[in-house]
Amino acid sequence: MDLSYGAAAEEFRGEVRAFLSANWQPGERRGNELKDYVRDFRRQGVEAGYLYRAVPRAYGGSEQPVDVIRAQVIREEFGRARAPMELGGNGVNMTVPTLLERGTQEQKDLFIRKTIEGEYIWGQGYSEPGSGSDLASVRTKAELSPDGTKWIVNGQKIWTSQGMQSTHMFMLVRTEPDAPKHDGITYLLMDLNQPGVTRRPIRQMTGEQGNDTFCEFFFDNAETPVSWQVGERGQGWYVSRTTLKHERASIGSADGLGNQFRKLVELAKEMGRLDDPLVRDRLGEIEGRVLSHRYSSFRLFSCAAAGDDPGAIQLMMKLLLTEIGHDMALLAQDLIGEEGLTEPAGAGARGYRGPRGPNKWLDQIMGSLGNSIAGGTSNIQRNIIGERGLGLPRDSAA
Amino acid sequence: MRFHLTSEQIAIQDAVKGTLGECWGMDRLHAFADGEADFDADSWQALMALGVGALALPEAEGGAGLGLLDAALVCEMVGAAAAPGPVIGQIVTALALAACANPSTRALLPGVASGETVATLALDSQLVQSARAAQLFLADDGAGGLQLIEAGDGIAIEAVSPTDRSRPVSKVSFGTVTAHPLFAPGDPMVQRIRDAALVLIAADALGGAQHCTDLSVDYARTREQFGQPIARFQALKHQLAHMALDVEPARALVWYAAYAWDAGLDDASRAAAQAKAHLCEVYTRTTRAAIAAHGGIGYTWEYGLNYWFRRSVLNRAWLGSPAQHRARAAQLAGW
Repeated sequence: MDLSYGAAAEEFRGEVRAFLSANWQPGERRGNELKDYVRDFRRQGVEAGYLYRAVPRAYGGSEQPVDVIRAQVIREEFGRARAPMELGGNGVNMTVPTLLERGTQEQKDLFIRKTIEGEYIWGQGYSEPGSGSDLASVRTKAELSPDGTKWIVNGQKIWTSQGMQSTHMFMLVRTEPDAPKHDGITYLLMDLNQPGVTRRPIRQMTGEQGNDTFCEFFFDNAETPVSWQVGERGQGWYVSRTTLKHERASIGSADGLGNQFRKLVELAKEMGRLDDPLVRDRLGEIEGRVLSHRYSSFRLFSCAAAGDDPGAIQLMMKLLLTEIGHDMALLAQDLIGEEGLTEPAGAGARGYRGPRGPNKWLDQIMGSLGNSIAGGTSNIQRNIIGERGLGLPRDSAA
Repeated sequence: MRFHLTSEQIAIQDAVKGTLGECWGMDRLHAFADGEADFDADSWQALMALGVGALALPEAEGGAGLGLLDAALVCEMVGAAAAPGPVIGQIVTALALAACANPSTRALLPGVASGETVATLALDSQLVQSARAAQLFLADDGAGGLQLIEAGDGIAIEAVSPTDRSRPVSKVSFGTVTAHPLFAPGDPMVQRIRDAALVLIAADALGGAQHCTDLSVDYARTREQFGQPIARFQALKHQLAHMALDVEPARALVWYAAYAWDAGLDDASRAAAQAKAHLCEVYTRTTRAAIAAHGGIGYTWEYGLNYWFRRSVLNRAWLGSPAQHRARAAQLAGW
């Protein structure tokens, strides 16, 4: 075992640092001025080969060979300089990889550059009120227009994050009602700014509402061109399984959890409880798992760098993270005690920057519950670990 | 950057597993568990013939030039097989001798490295594994240093009925004995040697926990009730997934603790404490869950799961409970 990256990587690190000190000097810029500066900086980052490494130059990426060590060095140095990296969100994480893998030339030309530059914001149109874990049962229906040039969509989608700001949606719709459920689905892209689309925010248990929360969509004869269909008709389920594994593994994937744990220790100190043997023991028990998660992320990264299959551990990271989050929430709740009986002023309004006391942990305490649902529920994760990781027989009903 | 096993390391594990598979099957374990002996010469010699005693020693000392990490990989397989003998004591004693400056003490190294001299740990407890077979006892010197005590006059060994049948203990008291000094009180090697033992106990726990998970998975796939394999029932599937979720991520914690020891990282001691605490918790939970997952057959003597449960009892208490090591880790973190 060796946790150093090697001389070539350290030389590369020097190049990245030099780039950053030359190009990332936001100074006192604010508002639109900062926005423009960030946009230009990202373009320079692409030019230098640091951002959108999996995306071809023709679509605005930097088209670099796969190199997880370099990708890691870039993340570390950008992080250290607090420089913006690639945009997050569904567009960059899901639409772009899917189009690179399965899209037509027209689709790639139309969407990829505008997505990675932030002009197009994508909502995910998968879940429906009647289709949660059993996603392949989607009922939102699409039928061809009489002239065969458009899909006409009717139905409802739900739990769409960033839905209020989304300009476009990638969605699973039923086009072959008589086919077996996995084979009757088509993957469509849609412009959301049209009369047939209505959206409504859903208020979350944290109280959050408005633009940053998730929402539901109603489609009433909404239209999309046939040329915006990704993959073949009836093959949408399989298109939705496409993920690009390009440099996905990162050592930093466990940093968020580690930072949160350090804040929990700080909270214990702030509440005058860090000397309490019971609190120290609970912290120690949680840390055993935080460290297991961290070093397992090293292991995944190492396997990715070597091109080796890490095995079942890769199926466990999400559930592990979720469960550690729950235990941290329980300890935080005990630590804040009565402070948790009042919510921070302005709770639920994103962007609130006023004073926040220990009760700011209510965000984590409630937010940790979201992790057991979003992106595949914990019970689904247990099925995946059991069936794909341990080779247990599949549930005959699924 | 490398943080997963090399093909050489996998080969070491396969060799240990293969060797123990030949000389330490369930029939041998049953016979040993019901017998009086606290040592099994056949399996010991087989392991030592693989070079286990010298694995982590520098090549200049006649060792394989590998590290504590490789020793931990061996102990993982020993734990998986519930193999007898003071393997951890032997490896730790060899490491201590190789780092010892005293020439007359160091003269003991070749015998320990080859496995001819059997060494066991007599630290922090009167209950000592393979005490009747051991020729050397690695013990505290009463002032916070470490010493090696020679078997023979001045040592009283009292038979007890051991809970862990795969590594039987006796009650040992030292009177006026022949002792060889290893490290003086205050020498950083004292803690380093203790840390090595903690990492190897964690590795043994990892192997045992993995074995119990594997047995449970195999059983659930073959056992039928209501006309189908019970593994198809989601309640059991989730129970097994949880066992795996407990064990598999903890593997990297053992690797890190061993790596930190080998590389002399600042957090090596803390990592050893966390690994010992966490893996022993995992081992306890996993052996209990395995017996529950098996149903009645798991509760029998004959099936043998109880040997791993009993082993988890020893690992958990050995050199300090999980809570004690968490308290140490908290202190080392400056909390």
